Amino acid sequence: MSNLKKVLENGQFAVTAECGPPKGSDAESVLKKAEFLKDKVDAVNVTDNQTAIVRMSSLAACSLLKTGGFDPVLQMVVRDRNRIALQSDILGASALGIRNVLCLSGDHQIFGNQPQAMGVFDLDSIQFVQTVKTMRDNGTILGGDVLNMSPDLFIGAAANPFADPFEFRVVRLSKKIRAGADFIQTQCIYNLERFEKWIHMARDMGLTERTSIIGGVTPLKSTGMANYMKNKVSGMDIPDKLIKRMKGVSKDKQREEGIRISVETIERLKEIPGVKGVHIMAIEWEEGVGEIVERAGLLPRPGYDMT
Amino acid sequence: MITAEQKPIEEIREMIAPCKRVLALGCGSCVAECAAGGEKETAMLASALRMAGKMNGEEIQIVEKTIDRQCVKEFVIQLDDVIESYDAILSLGCGAGVQAIADMYPEVPVIPALNTEFMGETKDRGVWVESCIGCGDCMLYFFGGVCPLTRCSKHLLNGPCGGSMDGKCEVNPEVPCAWQLIIDRLTNLGALDRLQMIYPPKDWSKKQGAGPRKIIKEDQQE
Repeated sequence: MSNLKKVLENGQFAVTAECGPPKGSDAESVLKKAEFLKDKVDAVNVTDNQTAIVRMSSLAACSLLKTGGFDPVLQMVVRDRNRIALQSDILGASALGIRNVLCLSGDHQIFGNQPQAMGVFDLDSIQFVQTVKTMRDNGTILGGDVLNMSPDLFIGAAANPFADPFEFRVVRLSKKIRAGADFIQTQCIYNLERFEKWIHMARDMGLTERTSIIGGVTPLKSTGMANYMKNKVSGMDIPDKLIKRMKGVSKDKQREEGIRISVETIERLKEIPGVKGVHIMAIEWEEGVGEIVERAGLLPRPGYDMT
Repeated sequence: MITAEQKPIEEIREMIAPCKRVLALGCGSCVAECAAGGEKETAMLASALRMAGKMNGEEIQIVEKTIDRQCVKEFVIQLDDVIESYDAILSLGCGAGVQAIADMYPEVPVIPALNTEFMGETKDRGVWVESCIGCGDCMLYFFGGVCPLTRCSKHLLNGPCGGSMDGKCEVNPEVPCAWQLIIDRLTNLGALDRLQMIYPPKDWSKKQGAGPRKIIKEDQQE
């Protein structure tokens, strides 16, 4: 079963991290990257052609991680597959022993290296969550056909408290929960004030009782990265004071400062009612995760029997 | 209306290169409204082609004519008497016009002079925007008169995604976020509760079920 589910069910503060598949077919590099995360996290998200750049399939990389003893979270975007392919991959994932799925819209194809591609978006992320839930709980696919075995999956969705319109963000969260999201991983949190405002609204609506919200954290590597994310990545909110803080240290100390900010963020998230864990997205910096987890006092990880 | 834009003249010249006598055929409907294939544009294209032909020492004769609707048989039959004297028709109609003419005259090459773009509205002088994808099952009531299938870059029926910022779409800061527009409209109409429900997956069989769609109205067939 899902290790992540077990951790959350036992009321422990969960830790997940992210592992981006390689731009190639090298299986070893997947496991090599993931090795940095061994015993440091409860589950490993595997991104699905993130920023619309072609990489090894998330499903294949998840399967490799499963063999390596990890609890993978299969990220699936609706950008590249219609409802036939999505449902088929859900069945395949469960058959391969993958026990977590994160249902996403996906970065628009225009941002990646295949801008001429047809964007599918046959289902949206909420409909996808609902579809997976129906497959799991009712044993049926869209249209009602009965499966001979239901997929066994812990279902996740994303939330971005920093996008607009702000007031509607909790409405959308509630729709994702109603659709069947067992857990929610959020966009990277830098603006804690806004995050707290959002989760306060979610708490008032009783949403934090009905799903497990896992706060997203991405360590900044440099001032350049901070500026890029602030200015170029839509839906990202990095307060000026953080940029200033990064600028205030010399270049060779910026990674350390980034880790420090992440650790402080996690310390605060641990105190916020309704936050059930943290999702560390160290982009191409998997080796940084262990240090963050350790310094945030989140070790050792429980590690349940996944059979 | 159906909007279109003229193809680059070099592309058109390559397609008509083997011809000696070409009828540049304008259309007085949608493509006239969007200034791509009306009488005026047809005259301009014809003279540009004549001039280019002359400068390159080519023997090509371009005659121009505009009919009210290339996509309606009753208007196209006007060509019956003249069609034989041309090597090809250069149609400044939309894709439907080109095909309607090709269907009627199987022996004559019909060459498209336009790239057909979208179903849209005239937003301003010289500005046209896409507003309908012709899904076959209009949902505009639910979304306050803003179509997310057309105007949201990810066609979300339960948006907005996490890329909506300051009312703009993540794909292009020039593009308004359709979901911001929907939320604003429904707020004004006091109908924001329509967005509480989870809209189910779209039935695309109404758009692309099996081959081209067809409407038959028996009372119109007499």
